[in-house]
Amino acid sequence: MATAARSNQPDMAQGSADGGGTLVKRHRLSTRIWHWINALTVFLMLMSGLMIFNAHPRLYWGQYGANFDQAWLEIGSTQDSGFLRIGSLSIATTGVLGYRTEANGNVNRRAFPGWATIPSSYSLSAGRRWHLAFAWVLAIGLIAYLIASLVNRHAWRDLFPRPADLAPRHLWQEIKDHARLRFPTGEAALRYNTLQKLSYFGLIFVLLPLIVLTGLAMSPGMDAAWSWLIDLAGGRQSARSIHFICAMLILFFILVHLVMVLLAGPMNEIRSMITGRYRLPRDREERAP
Amino acid sequence: MITRRTLIAGSAAALLTGCDRLNDSRTFRGVLRSAEGLTMKAQRLISDREALAREFDAADISPTFRANGTRMPAGPDYQRLAAGAFAEWRLAVDGLVRRPLSLSIDQIRRMPRRTQITRHDCVEGWSAIGKWTGVPLHLVLDAAGLRDDARYIVFHCADRFGERPYYESIDLIDAFHPQTILAWALNDRYLQIPNGAPLRLRVERQLGYKQAKYLMRIEARDTLAGLWDGRGGYWEDTNDYEWYAGI
Repeated sequence: MATAARSNQPDMAQGSADGGGTLVKRHRLSTRIWHWINALTVFLMLMSGLMIFNAHPRLYWGQYGANFDQAWLEIGSTQDSGFLRIGSLSIATTGVLGYRTEANGNVNRRAFPGWATIPSSYSLSAGRRWHLAFAWVLAIGLIAYLIASLVNRHAWRDLFPRPADLAPRHLWQEIKDHARLRFPTGEAALRYNTLQKLSYFGLIFVLLPLIVLTGLAMSPGMDAAWSWLIDLAGGRQSARSIHFICAMLILFFILVHLVMVLLAGPMNEIRSMITGRYRLPRDREERAP
Repeated sequence: MITRRTLIAGSAAALLTGCDRLNDSRTFRGVLRSAEGLTMKAQRLISDREALAREFDAADISPTFRANGTRMPAGPDYQRLAAGAFAEWRLAVDGLVRRPLSLSIDQIRRMPRRTQITRHDCVEGWSAIGKWTGVPLHLVLDAAGLRDDARYIVFHCADRFGERPYYESIDLIDAFHPQTILAWALNDRYLQIPNGAPLRLRVERQLGYKQAKYLMRIEARDTLAGLWDGRGGYWEDTNDYEWYAGI
């Protein structure tokens, strides 16, 4: 999921001693700026969000939901163990979720551990201060990027999957190549493949807007101003559940993204996201001894 | 030797320590806190002054309305009032008003009433839907005659946290909002003690901690400075919760 974006012609013909191919311009400035702002912001939002979750580690569907009501997800503890319960499925999570013994011997029963939250010791008010401040950065960045990518046609050209991309035979071939870690080489590496398009499209046009809107739907002030927010989510507690699910999917995206960057060549990938310049991977035949 | 694993673990630990340090920095907290004003201005900008919180049907009411915070105010004064079914209780309305009032619960229950089925959103994340009946706050303020220099309405409560009494405050936009009521009934019963008997505030576009319970006194003020830590509420003063709790 890390390779490729612009279909620009290579602008610098450079053979090089390190065995790489041509250096080409790849990521636009707007993409690069947004990427690094988000790399920080999303991380802070996830961790301060887990702090807020810790204040009431139960999720519900519908308009209301509190301790007496049925939660579909709960992180809790018994006398001496932690658990994650999803529906009727209960998973022992002692040491990680719901129950852990700290270095000083104290038992901590918070849902998410201190290393996963901002701040690391429990403070709902501080978690909210971080979350509700950086939410502005996330939302403004998202809106600016959505507008920019639609105007400069980056979205249409590079991110929206085309019918041919979605043909089952094509998709299957890509999944097989991906699983074998056969990444595209040469010019082909400059275009997103379908799995990448689906991932980035899903992140930028589905998950991020949805997490912002469900975040707003939890605000009583916003619900009065824009009452459609409640209906969009199906209730404030549904909004909270969807918000959490989106956060977990974004976390999953980040993990896969980082793994793919490592597999595709971290130095080349990171440089392309900083300077915009990307060295085309040599064709496999060329590389063969 | 620095392995990749220790490098990653080390930088993650440094980042966490960094966040905790920033969290303790007065300057950085000031920056974070500035978002509160931005949020309030933005919400007020896109929101009609009179925009109503969603009102639900009877079928949507939570089977059990969770009582939170103080469930029984300590101290002999409140106990005595409760033992007498609040017949001796009086609500003082004073401060920057032309005609200070002292109202009994019967007088308040005889005033024009508004009934609304609304959602109570706790800052912790849970919600409960209940049916509230009470007198619109603006009727009480009009009866007392708010002076022109009044900017905030402060609600002084009977429950205490150590030395500090619970209190909350709202501005005049929320004070004169049609759904802002002094509620004396929940789900068609007189307010019970865990829910704030005999009278509590409902300010429906904000979170639960603004819904002050066990009201004793309503004070009109031109500033929140000079009242405890000057942040406008118990949780605001002691825990840095937002004064504007619309989000």
